[in-house]
Amino acid sequence: MADVIGSALKRHEDIRLIRGKGQYTDDMKIPGMVYASMVRSPYAHARIVAVDTAEARRVPGVQAVFTGRDLKDEVGMVPTAWIPPDSDMKMTPHPALAYDFVRYAGDAVAVVIADTPYIAQDAADLVRVEYDAMPAVTNPRDAAKEGAPLVHEDIAGNVAFHWKAGVSVDEVFNKAEVVVRHEFRQQRLVPSAMEPRAAVAQWNAATDELTVWVTTQNPHIHRLLMSGMLGIPEHKLRVVAIDVGGAFGSKIACYPDEVVVSWAARKLNRPVKWTETRSENFTVTTHGRDHVEEVEVAGTKDGHIQAIRVKAYANLGAYLSTAAPGVPTILFGLIVNGAYAIPHASAEVFGMLTHTTPVDAYRGAGRPEATFLVERMVDLYSEAVGMDPLAVRKINLIPADAFPYTNPFTLQYDSGNYQGALAKALEMVDYQQFRKEQDNLRKQGKYVGIGFSTYVEMCGLGPSEVAGAVGFQGGLWESATVRVHPTGKVTVFTGASPHGQGEETTFAQIVAQELGLPPEDIEVVHGDTAKIAMGWGTYGSRTTVVGGAAIHMADQKVIEKARKIAAHKLEVGEDDVAFEQGLFSVKGLPARTVTFQEAALDAYLAWSLPKGMEPALEGTAFYNPENFTYPFGTHIAMVSVDPETGDIELMRYVAVDDVGIVINPMLVEGQIHGGLVQGIGQALYEGAEYDDQGQLLTGSFLDYAMPKARFFPKFETAHTVTPSPHNPLGVKGVGETGAIASTPAIVNAVMDALAPFGIHDLPMPLTPRKVWQAIAAKGGTH
Amino acid sequence: MNEVPVTLWVNGQTYAVRVSPRKLLSDVIREDIGLTGTHVGCEHGVCGACTVWVDDRPTRSCLMFAIQAEGHAVTTIEALAQHGQLNVLQQALHEEHGLQCGFCTPGIVMTMEAYLHEHPNPTVDDIRDALSGNLCRCTGYQNIVAGVQKAARVFAQNSSGATSAAGNESTHLSEGGREYV
Repeated sequence: MADVIGSALKRHEDIRLIRGKGQYTDDMKIPGMVYASMVRSPYAHARIVAVDTAEARRVPGVQAVFTGRDLKDEVGMVPTAWIPPDSDMKMTPHPALAYDFVRYAGDAVAVVIADTPYIAQDAADLVRVEYDAMPAVTNPRDAAKEGAPLVHEDIAGNVAFHWKAGVSVDEVFNKAEVVVRHEFRQQRLVPSAMEPRAAVAQWNAATDELTVWVTTQNPHIHRLLMSGMLGIPEHKLRVVAIDVGGAFGSKIACYPDEVVVSWAARKLNRPVKWTETRSENFTVTTHGRDHVEEVEVAGTKDGHIQAIRVKAYANLGAYLSTAAPGVPTILFGLIVNGAYAIPHASAEVFGMLTHTTPVDAYRGAGRPEATFLVERMVDLYSEAVGMDPLAVRKINLIPADAFPYTNPFTLQYDSGNYQGALAKALEMVDYQQFRKEQDNLRKQGKYVGIGFSTYVEMCGLGPSEVAGAVGFQGGLWESATVRVHPTGKVTVFTGASPHGQGEETTFAQIVAQELGLPPEDIEVVHGDTAKIAMGWGTYGSRTTVVGGAAIHMADQKVIEKARKIAAHKLEVGEDDVAFEQGLFSVKGLPARTVTFQEAALDAYLAWSLPKGMEPALEGTAFYNPENFTYPFGTHIAMVSVDPETGDIELMRYVAVDDVGIVINPMLVEGQIHGGLVQGIGQALYEGAEYDDQGQLLTGSFLDYAMPKARFFPKFETAHTVTPSPHNPLGVKGVGETGAIASTPAIVNAVMDALAPFGIHDLPMPLTPRKVWQAIAAKGGTH
Repeated sequence: MNEVPVTLWVNGQTYAVRVSPRKLLSDVIREDIGLTGTHVGCEHGVCGACTVWVDDRPTRSCLMFAIQAEGHAVTTIEALAQHGQLNVLQQALHEEHGLQCGFCTPGIVMTMEAYLHEHPNPTVDDIRDALSGNLCRCTGYQNIVAGVQKAARVFAQNSSGATSAAGNESTHLSEGGREYV
């Protein structure tokens, strides 16, 4: 049998999804089910004066209307689950339904429950809420200014926390030959999973059990948090995420909506469903990014970068979402030196509250922001010292013999060969030739540019000890049970909660390889707290890295027990039994064999097991990683800019990624493509905009520029393979690399194209209008 | 609002339902008829996830009232795989990894299947243009494009008579679903 690990196995999950037979939360229908619609604040900041529900209650088919006051004493505050240490973090009390103040446009103040979603929505419009509108602030640095409207009365200066890392680099800057300073606006993005969020809650009054089907990336975290808010003990609360239609971080958070629906299901003793509209997805579901960053780099005149200093104002919105405080701190500040051997670094982050939608993880979560600023600064520094940005990268990249490499924030990069990935990318792109053509084209009034991103990121979240040390209020290990049935078929239970990544296939490949079984004999179960002991979910490119490693460990337990059974049957010592491709055999006597299936049957029949052995055959393992993993690579973008229109054409995009051992190259490539489009989307198209009263101006797919198929050329992808030395499978994680690496490659390329105009930076997204205006401001093409 | 009787013809079957006149076709297909493969992604006609065929024309079922569909043939994703087998386009998307979370997929299949009927020899640019009315947040589109290209090749082979009689113009492409690459 050929190796299953490393093969482009077609996805198991496709067969149901491609036929419309997936089961997403909104597909649920339970007899007697009623439907919820939220009444949301149109104001970004207001005092709630009065809520009149009488008219809504009179609508035929309305079952109930609840306001914040109804829930106030029965439902706990929606918590955050990340408290960065030494940051003096303030909690932002977040009622499931607001009862005193609303703090962003979209904050829910009441819920209507009716026989149909249409009636619920009609009646929601009839709930009369009297507001006393107050001034709002939306920009994170403005929020820090004296006199800015306060989001929470008792949090001075709107600073939820002030976090610092690294040591003082002032002396290096004072003595430096070259200092480059720049400010970046990391614009706000809307994750925009195609499936809107939804929740269905069912209360069983006879057993006091609540079941909640919800669009989540982490059902067990949901159970833990909801148990606390609702006062329903964990063993009486089941959270199920069936098929989830994309998430990208936006389905990590525990939202008020699912808590309200759960509470109402118990109150009414009827199943309740809530599905958000796309408008709600824009205004309520967490956003990503949104930093103002002041960045400084110190270096020598000959291209050696000596220090980087970062001060960031991270917009966290009106309330601290579940993972929000961890994103702009641990996942951002600790890796602002990127892939470079910059000896001195410091980072300082102000976690800012504003009257906007809460911000949480969005694909990459902190690392895209860090990668963007360092990759852009390398280019700006190269320009300042008059050197080629490629040459400067070559000088400063961490050398291959320096691994494990400890960065200035004491992260230990596990393994890498950054020069190798760069070399491979340069095999695909003739850089010198491009520069020659660029010169010729400029003489003809045509502007092309090339941009690099030689990135590293940290993922495979992560060591639980570190999770605790950095303030995550949970573990980051993962669980797996490999249950072998009497016929030798296998069900795998994973605590990871994939939602599009194809892990039902990837995980089956790991088990197929290790137990020597055909992949179709393996079924992977995920996303149900009643079936899976515990799990921390899918985010931070951790599923294959941590969840896969747990499966590997469970496999080893299965093999160990089956080997004992085989040895017993073969009447030889355990050490004399080899296991290969699903067959136990006596070493040196290959004809004497026991199949894996025979061992499984023996384990269940238990007619003749080794003395003292328990019946059945399954392995359960809990894998707690010893370090993060550090994928890396080189991305190269080539663009042409039309100076007459400001339009940017992406001519070529080359991505060389090293994600360690690849289990399924087809799925890895798919993850990279998806990440690239999101990262390029940030560079060129996407951006959430508020007006100064806190109204979201980009609240629909007509206003928010989602990337479309025709925007892109065919991506050229390749890999180098540097296994993670501490991961049992050697994998590093791939879910976020595309989104992390691509944004600065694009902006670097566009700025390279615009260099003849004296344009060095423009705020993202680089829309034609912005580019054209910048060219015009520099005197245009004439 | 008062409900009215309406008879819908969906995937060759008749459904007599009572619905509010303002109820969207997408909601009736999902809730009253119980075919949940048609997904609602935006309810304003932009994302394309809810695409079905009305009289063989791709139609956004979130922009149409169910009562407007009376007297018309509605086809949903559930009708494309015949006898439990994926059709040519579905098979090609499967082989090229043209889906991830699968939420947008039914709409993309319905859109591109109809597109290939009318444009049997599309270029890559044509495919990307045709696909640009459907949003997908997972795949980056590249493998969807590859899947559509592959399906077009298979159709071309089939209609050249080399492998089967699937070139019959009155035959739905979906009915040639047992031809594999």
